[in-house]
Amino acid sequence: MHLPWLSIVTFLPAAGAGLILLARMFLRGQDAGYDAGVRLLTLIITIATFLISLFAFAMFDPGVQGFQLVENAPWAFGSRYHLGVDSLGMTLILLTTFLTPLCILASWTIDKQVATYMVLFLVLETLMIGVFCAMDLILFYLFFEGGLIPMFILIGVWGGERRVYAAFKFFLYTLLGSILMLVAIVAMINIAGTSSIPELMRYAATRGFDPNVQIWLWLAFFASFAVKLPMWPVHTWLPDAHVEAPTAASVVLAAILLKMGGYGFLRFSLPIFPDASHFFTPMMFALSVIAIVWASLVAFRQLDMKKLIAYSSVAHMGFVTLGIFSGTMQGIQGAIYQMLSHGVISGALFLCVGVIYDRMHTREIAFYGGLVNRMPVYAAVFMLFTLGNVGLPGTSGFPGEILTMVGAFQINAWFVAVAATGVILSAVYALTLYRKITLGVIINAKLGGIADLESREWVQFVPLVVATLAMGLAPHYVLQFTEATARAIATAYSGAAP
Amino acid sequence: MNAPLTDFLASAAHARPELLLTAFALLAILAGAWFRDKSAAPLSGLGVAVLLAAGVVAIMDRPLAPVEIFQGSLVVDGLSVFAKALIAWSSAATLLLGADHFAKTNERRFEFPVMIVLATLGMFVMVSARDLISLYVGVELQSLSAYVLAAWRRDDARSSEAGLKYFVLSAIASGLLLFGSSFVYGFTGSIRFDAIASAIAQGAHGVGLIFGLVLMLCALAFKMSAAPFHMWTPDVYEGAPTPVTAFFAAAPKVAAVALMMRILYEPFAAFSDQWRQVVVALSAISMVWGSIAALLQTNLKRLMAYSSIGNVGFALMGLAAGQGQGPTSALVYLALYLPATIGIFALILAMRREGAAHETVADLAGLGQKRPWMASMFTMLLFSIAGIPPFAGFIGKLLVFRAAVDANLAWLAVVGGIAAVIAAGYYLRLLASIWFSPSQQTLQPASSAIVVTATSAAALTFPVLVLVLGAIQQWAEWAVGRSF
Repeated sequence: MHLPWLSIVTFLPAAGAGLILLARMFLRGQDAGYDAGVRLLTLIITIATFLISLFAFAMFDPGVQGFQLVENAPWAFGSRYHLGVDSLGMTLILLTTFLTPLCILASWTIDKQVATYMVLFLVLETLMIGVFCAMDLILFYLFFEGGLIPMFILIGVWGGERRVYAAFKFFLYTLLGSILMLVAIVAMINIAGTSSIPELMRYAATRGFDPNVQIWLWLAFFASFAVKLPMWPVHTWLPDAHVEAPTAASVVLAAILLKMGGYGFLRFSLPIFPDASHFFTPMMFALSVIAIVWASLVAFRQLDMKKLIAYSSVAHMGFVTLGIFSGTMQGIQGAIYQMLSHGVISGALFLCVGVIYDRMHTREIAFYGGLVNRMPVYAAVFMLFTLGNVGLPGTSGFPGEILTMVGAFQINAWFVAVAATGVILSAVYALTLYRKITLGVIINAKLGGIADLESREWVQFVPLVVATLAMGLAPHYVLQFTEATARAIATAYSGAAP
Repeated sequence: MNAPLTDFLASAAHARPELLLTAFALLAILAGAWFRDKSAAPLSGLGVAVLLAAGVVAIMDRPLAPVEIFQGSLVVDGLSVFAKALIAWSSAATLLLGADHFAKTNERRFEFPVMIVLATLGMFVMVSARDLISLYVGVELQSLSAYVLAAWRRDDARSSEAGLKYFVLSAIASGLLLFGSSFVYGFTGSIRFDAIASAIAQGAHGVGLIFGLVLMLCALAFKMSAAPFHMWTPDVYEGAPTPVTAFFAAAPKVAAVALMMRILYEPFAAFSDQWRQVVVALSAISMVWGSIAALLQTNLKRLMAYSSIGNVGFALMGLAAGQGQGPTSALVYLALYLPATIGIFALILAMRREGAAHETVADLAGLGQKRPWMASMFTMLLFSIAGIPPFAGFIGKLLVFRAAVDANLAWLAVVGGIAAVIAAGYYLRLLASIWFSPSQQTLQPASSAIVVTATSAAALTFPVLVLVLGAIQQWAEWAVGRSF
């Protein structure tokens, strides 16, 4: 069938947002059933988006190199409306469409300005999917940067106490990085004479950008992706944004928005600026290792659960950059795997925090203790994701970490030796968190009445549990799927690098 | 050259927009003298129609190649047509807002539409000027009307101060303009732009000529409120009645930028190495200072004054980039800046409680809960003027960046990028007030004039219309292709 699958997947959520706005115009949001209707409608739209993305997935042939499901139509400003995916984009789109319905479920308890919330969430989904399938630099930038707007409002309106500060920090930090990337994008278009990403890749493979120019372009892209990922030392917006954001926004932030940084490195830095990537590899390794060790240590000292998970994200993203800039097949495969796994696990951990936050309205670790007595199912679920976060074999966290380290080991063993301590450190902070919250006896009297998972939360967690175990026990399906793309990136990189 | 009468008649056929405005202004004065302020409402309505029509007529009469009229003192070409359409329509929008506003405040006076139309006529002459005399006449006609408009609220000390301040400082700028023009005339022996260009081509040069050019540029920078010639802007913008401020922030910028474009690319194209330094400096200082100074403002009109300074800086970046993509990008930038700024002023006008205007950032608090639609429009317009995709203003920034990088001014684009981030800081402050703060008392319902203006402005910034934006770029390219 020749339907524009990617456009449908991308713009279906936005169309749903338009539908909600239209309904609001006519109903004026007065009657009581309105909010419930909006929630249900949003859930249906996001599930439909997921199903359609599965169709697109079925259309996709992982054996073929290059971009598929391509749509290419004339547009304005010398750019084209050009969409397409390779297996990297496809997996990330699936991750997005898979997690968004769960986020909507997790947002069921939101009761302030429900329609606005849902509209923003749907628009955000459109923009996120767009990032992963845009094949034109300007279009990519449009989606990439546009995602800031809904996230800014989501954090600022529905966030915690210091939400305004966090929203500003998130927006301005990311904008500064992105605007430098915009200048670099403009420069690339001027040099190569095209804004199409596949053509730029071809240009890089055949003629190549001048290595001296590459350095500057690489740095500008780095400014954007390093903030987004985030890498040490430009990660400081992340703990603030995570802590203040509402649960579902934290999930999206950790699971998907951070992946845009890794996606950017894989899509642009390695294949289009191979020389500069090679030049900066030592720096990237150093920053990755610092992030892994330092963020793990910082995570251990946190008093706030969300902040702890935020720092653990910084550490896990360190493995991603370590793998990417090894430039080897294993490293890149591992980085992609780690991104997917982190998307599922960190999202799930934020949902776990959300469950008890909804009940007790605090994220302070010291408040909790002995939850296993009142919430056995919750304790089991939380255990699984904690182990996933640690990277225990059998969970999805393991293959990514081991592959990135195998990949990077071929380049520099010392860095990997230090990075490997991060695996142990992650066990230290994650298990300590788990012990403090769930094990022991209930000391805090306020926890006496806390209830276990309700059916909505069951629905929310089951897919994540399945995904974590499936990706842990049968990693080769995913690895086979991403193999062609990883190989293409690795060859593009090694082809140009000395 | 034809006999004066034949030339006049032949020229008149190409000057229909100007003649339309002149006729309206003269008849409106007559009607006003007769019927007094009772005629304010019908004259305003008619004025809006005439301004809209003038823009349409200008586009309908667009020539295939530049046409010189009135013995070569004016020219009708792509640039002037494009600028006239923008000027006429933004003047019409501000006249609409103004008539509505003054009806509410019981300050209805029939001179308002007359002054707006005369100022617009002045701007039409500016963008068509082909010699130094018509240049000066156009600038002065616009400025004189603007002084009166700034001091519109006669009983209000701040408004009178705004008018006086504007007059005194602007008169100095006009003096500089004349002084500079006299140098240019003295060193090239002509007031006509083409003659100046050929004199330069034949070797006319010297410090005096550069001196004259720089003085003229300074004067125009003052008129478009580019830093460091912006000192008057915040005070005048704050003191003048809000619809008048909206008018100042919109059309005159287009006129001044278009005029500067013509001077730089037509008579002084050969001096591009010299003037580029000046324009680059104006651009960089405006962008940076416009962003930084706005961070501290609490009054929305003052804040918008600095915002307009920063935006002029971006348009000047396009001019500095030179003949390649520069003029097109500056025109597109302005075309996208206009609806955003007029829309924001329309919404500022809507911020009235119990008959009194509330114009500080704190007054926006809680708009997101009380008036979600108005808040959404504000959001779209602010993100657009901040240049955040996917809103239209981003395209303007993209094009001027592209022009700058193309002209080896990548550093200026980086400066602009950083300025844009700082500017985003204060736009976000407004948005934070709108969405994140607890709500205050409800505002009065907005009048239909405001709703129409703000909605259409917000619609123009909306990304769905991205195809329209492509058309704007094509028109701008057409306009630049039919000029110089």
